[in-house]
Amino acid sequence: MEKLRYERPIIKKLNTGFVNKFGTQTKNEVVSHLEGASVKELIHQYGSPLFVISEKQIRRNFQHASRVFKTRYPKVQFAWSYKTNYLNAVCRVFHQEGSWAEVVSGFEYEKALGNGVPGNKIIFNGPDKTEEQLILAAQNNSLIHIDHFDELYMLIKVSEEFSLKPRVAIRVNMDTGIYPKWDRFGFNYENGQAWSAVTKIIHSGLLSLVGLHCHIGTFMLETAAYGIAATKLSELAHKIKANFGLAVQYLDLGGGFPSTNTLKGSYLPGTDTVPTIDQFADTISEAILGAGFDQEELPLLILETGRALVDDAGFLLGTVLANKRLSDGRSSTILDIGVNSLFTAFWYDHKVTPAQEGGQYTEETVLYGPLCMNIDIIRENISLPLLKRGDHVVVHKVGAYNMTQWMQFITLRPNILLLDQNSHPHVIRQAETLNYLQSGELVPEHLAKSSLS
Amino acid sequence: MKFKKNIATSDTGFVFNPGSGDSFSSNQIGTDIIACFKEDKSRQEIIELISDKYDVERNQLEKDLEDFLTQLREHNLLEE
Repeated sequence: MEKLRYERPIIKKLNTGFVNKFGTQTKNEVVSHLEGASVKELIHQYGSPLFVISEKQIRRNFQHASRVFKTRYPKVQFAWSYKTNYLNAVCRVFHQEGSWAEVVSGFEYEKALGNGVPGNKIIFNGPDKTEEQLILAAQNNSLIHIDHFDELYMLIKVSEEFSLKPRVAIRVNMDTGIYPKWDRFGFNYENGQAWSAVTKIIHSGLLSLVGLHCHIGTFMLETAAYGIAATKLSELAHKIKANFGLAVQYLDLGGGFPSTNTLKGSYLPGTDTVPTIDQFADTISEAILGAGFDQEELPLLILETGRALVDDAGFLLGTVLANKRLSDGRSSTILDIGVNSLFTAFWYDHKVTPAQEGGQYTEETVLYGPLCMNIDIIRENISLPLLKRGDHVVVHKVGAYNMTQWMQFITLRPNILLLDQNSHPHVIRQAETLNYLQSGELVPEHLAKSSLS
Repeated sequence: MKFKKNIATSDTGFVFNPGSGDSFSSNQIGTDIIACFKEDKSRQEIIELISDKYDVERNQLEKDLEDFLTQLREHNLLEE
């Protein structure tokens, strides 16, 4: 007689309470394939855990966002935010789609050049630019976004010394009605700092002021804040025109559009609460189009959207290592995915789905990572079918920030796979090895010989 | 390790404790194990019966049975 399918025995207390009027889905979603590729096969071939990035989804996201903005505003340019995901393969997909590069450090700048981005299509942001980096960016005719007065004075000095005329913008911070106010970057609009910076740039005669930039926050759920930001940048542009006869060529509204991940502490899932990119586009376009620019001087709108374009193109596949009952009776499951790889587990309640069919029973469980560290928690509470050792799971929407902010800590970082448009897998970053990890280490001679035998 | 005598159970996994008024639901394997407990079967006998019926390795079953007992104890369904 054929034996029945096994799942571990559980018993759950039945609680009566208020009916969930929002009707949260109770059916267990199983994701066994990613764009036709079997999760089990991918793990078998490339190891676990495994990051998988969908090229098709990146292109779909980009083309959608581009269409949404270009149908509302005539001059739009996206610049790929390198810090969100600077794997060369990922950057190149964005560049193929027409994105410029937006970088915030010297090595990101070099990466952009290495990815074939012409210097004049690289936006150099951030508070940390060395003199050498500024000279290189100026020589390459890149767009240098000045963050503070020390940088402004340094740039004026090197421009004079090396007879350069860099194209610059200033980063402007402002009150857009949101909390926390991001005032640590750039020059403040309300207290006149931004105007002082503009005046200094123009009077120096050594820099060419071509744009105005702001970046009002991250994971912004309030579209109106972008309308305020666009209006204030437009007002500053008008003031520059009125006082110096100079029409700025572009307004860079930065990034900050959210993905549909669910922020920790949110009552409702991100899919229900996050504004669509159409709503952001409406607000921004209306603000600039209504700001009174002459038609021939309408500025180019630059967007440095990162997270919203790549988050849902990334998946992290993993494997169950063990199940454990905690002292208070709660169930817990240990995965081979830790917060060292899934950094965004600190920010989001990531959607996690099993990769194989299970029974109809589910259990509230804590998902732990494999690290011998108390903070290694992937989900503090999630309802999942009864997983067993060796089962696979898929963590969704991990394309943004994980592959740049991850940490080499306790375990080695895994392979990253790109599924191309035909769903063919390509390793785009190899799993780390001990040799790779130790390649930069040096042992002083007096410690070279082992003293234990 | 005995199941409390006054606990009412059904074949479909519904468990009711008239002492506390609490209701519980268990999956099919849990229901089978509870039935074994009610028949005063030993742990070894339960392992034999369940592994004959279900596709499971004995080590896995032993581990899961231990966990199931922890759950029953947590829910106050076992005699002290």
